[in-house]
Amino acid sequence: MLTCRELTELVTNYLEGRLSLAERVKFEMHLAMCRHCRAYVQQMRETIQTLGKLPEERVSQEACTHLLDRFRNWKQQ
Amino acid sequence: MSVSIHPKVPFNENDVVQRLREGDEAAFTHLVETYHGPLIRFALLFVGDRSVAEEVVQDTWMAVLSGLDTFEGRSALKSWIFSILANRAKTRGVREKRTVAFSDLAPADPDGPAVDPDRFASSGGWLAPPTRWDHNTPESQLLHAETLAVAKQALEALPPNQRAVVTLRDVEGLEAAEVCNVLDVSETNQRVLLHRGRAKVRAALERHISKR
Repeated sequence: MLTCRELTELVTNYLEGRLSLAERVKFEMHLAMCRHCRAYVQQMRETIQTLGKLPEERVSQEACTHLLDRFRNWKQQ
Repeated sequence: MSVSIHPKVPFNENDVVQRLREGDEAAFTHLVETYHGPLIRFALLFVGDRSVAEEVVQDTWMAVLSGLDTFEGRSALKSWIFSILANRAKTRGVREKRTVAFSDLAPADPDGPAVDPDRFASSGGWLAPPTRWDHNTPESQLLHAETLAVAKQALEALPPNQRAVVTLRDVEGLEAAEVCNVLDVSETNQRVLLHRGRAKVRAALERHISKR
């Protein structure tokens, strides 16, 4: 049997699809029976989603103008 | 500066590459607006300060232009640009004696477990189990500016290797194989770094959410 503690160390391999079939079956059987670990995996998924929503930094007008100048020079070469 | 395509929405890459080769300014501006910020964020992992990062990224753009003919479309444009930056930033970081050795980290790193061991009984079962965030936190709250700030702070507090992997995978959305290529790490190390890094960000979010 997989323990909860072991499951928390396998979660990335699970989400990455890197568990063997046997390991995945054990993992999913544990999840089916353990709501705490279901919550953990769900938190992990939400963590990943949250990271994907971090605001982008905008390019400064100055940098953009400078790059466009260099682009025009490059074009002429 | 009127290009307003959402940065995370991929555009047709072949089209952009072709337009760049033809010297299309709008295509270049679009690319810069999409990736300049993420590139700066990434460069700061390797070099000391903002102005150096800006310089390295500007040079990266020029390297992208002069390398256009060698871009074969085998990798995604985004990961190709990040690879160019990683090489330049690493060289620059070495010169500044700020090396980040991405391949140094053995899988069995001394970084500790994903979850505080005190939260488990000796049997390995939960003593202090996690609770579902959506029970007390509607999704909109998870995306609340304050929560995002906590995630950002946790990300920035990670060791550079983990931070680089988590940034490229989860913030920028690159594939595992692309990240291995950009950072020159093995598939296994990539996964270990991702695991450690994500676990710490999760723990930070959990602390924040449970305080509410």
